[in-house]
Amino acid sequence: MLDAAFFVRWMTAAAAVIDREADRLTELDSPIGDADHGRNMQRGFTAVVKMVEAEPPATPGAVLTAAGRQLISSVGGASGPLYGTMLRRAGKALGEAPQVSAQELRSGLAAGVDAVGQLGGSAPGDKTMLDALVPGVEALATSFDAAAEAAEQGAVATVPMQARKGRASYLGERSIGHQDPGATSSALLFAALAEVAK
Amino acid sequence: MKMLINVAETVVADALRGMAAAHPELVVDAENRVIVRRDAPVEGKVALLSGGGSGHEPLHGGFVGPGMLDAACPGEVFTSPVPDQMVRAAAAVDSGHGVLFIVKNYTGDVLNFQMAAELAEDEGVQVASVLVNDDVAVTDSTFTAGRRGTGATLFVEKIAGAAAEEGMPLERVEALARQVVESSRSFGVALSACTTPAKGSPTFDLPAGELELGVGIHGEPGRERRAMMTSREIADFTVNAILEDLDPRLPVLVLVNGMGATPLLELYGFNAEVRRVLDERGVAVARTLVGNYVTSLDMAGCSVTLCQVDGELLRLWDAPVQTAGLRWGR
Repeated sequence: MLDAAFFVRWMTAAAAVIDREADRLTELDSPIGDADHGRNMQRGFTAVVKMVEAEPPATPGAVLTAAGRQLISSVGGASGPLYGTMLRRAGKALGEAPQVSAQELRSGLAAGVDAVGQLGGSAPGDKTMLDALVPGVEALATSFDAAAEAAEQGAVATVPMQARKGRASYLGERSIGHQDPGATSSALLFAALAEVAK
Repeated sequence: MKMLINVAETVVADALRGMAAAHPELVVDAENRVIVRRDAPVEGKVALLSGGGSGHEPLHGGFVGPGMLDAACPGEVFTSPVPDQMVRAAAAVDSGHGVLFIVKNYTGDVLNFQMAAELAEDEGVQVASVLVNDDVAVTDSTFTAGRRGTGATLFVEKIAGAAAEEGMPLERVEALARQVVESSRSFGVALSACTTPAKGSPTFDLPAGELELGVGIHGEPGRERRAMMTSREIADFTVNAILEDLDPRLPVLVLVNGMGATPLLELYGFNAEVRRVLDERGVAVARTLVGNYVTSLDMAGCSVTLCQVDGELLRLWDAPVQTAGLRWGR
């Protein structure tokens, strides 16, 4: 079973991996976006870690809900509302339980991913974060490692896609051949989850 | 890349401190990133609030003042502001007659303003929103996030601002703002990519002998690349692209906008070519504005925005305005 401390460790690990990969996220965002994804995610997750360390929430649901609210308040751009809504919705789905199972986490995240699709009006195949989130959540049924692997493959699979949402969509066919920065940061969240589950 | 900055992390905060020092008629909250006209909330007046990523100055902070915006929320460079900023700003400027959010059509701006509208309404502020989407470079919008909002934002803020200043109610101000959006089209051209402070190198490669047609205002590349053209050819291309999508039976407002690194000498020369094309196409020009108004950091290039105006829109355009970036008639 996973308790609040596990979720705090996940957010901390996510912040660390995003910190390490911020330049790469920004590099990926330059040819097809506006070269700020790494910085924005870094700012958001730094704020999340500060918040959960200062005032550790009592339940898994509370950790995700508070983290989501913090991302909405500090990231800006599309990533703030999208990632923020995902975590908030997942946190609400987990409710007030002091501990949750991996399968409960999976269904909570599935609810969060659905909310991302609704808010962004997007679906897998549009070359967005959903292309990593959806396979990642599906593979959580198997293991945390499988989820990280599936999300990473999902991010890589965005390379040949043509973007239909977000700023990359304005490039039309020229968005083909570039890995989506949002899908890449989503894969990092699953990588962090697999890391803390070890 | 050399820039007149301290460090990338404090670029927006430093600019706000400098803006506050230059403009005592504004209240600049550098910590919460909200710029408000000093006499807000103005009794009996609908408030206008806009915002978006920084890097487009004078948009939007430069358009705060009597006759235009009541408040602006600057985000990080090219990143939309967060809902907390808009909620704080809305509370500061609402006199009880409602607040109009003027939102450019980018996914981040739309989502953050949408969340802010819900939060502000929870706090008892009546909010209406208008989405600016004037960029004709974005064709086939079912396969994109829709048309981007660019130069028409200035027309919307000025005309709706004048309407609010006259004491018109929220529904009327909102309707006029929508009319301006529907009557406006833009097209942008980049001669060079811009450099964001955080990245420190150009956001895309644009070889010396080429230009990018249909660019947005965030350093994102446009819809096609060609060998460098003359001012005359660029005017033909941009104005004709706009007129494919807008058939102005009425006179137009013309905005020849610099992207940040193109001198006025070139912009005025370009405006001469824009006027020539409009004359050839039989389009009457009511007013023309030439300068850097909706910029993209140090990008070289320009955009053209046309807005067809009836008598009332033109009267509101001519009404007095007193802001850092636009002022006349007072």
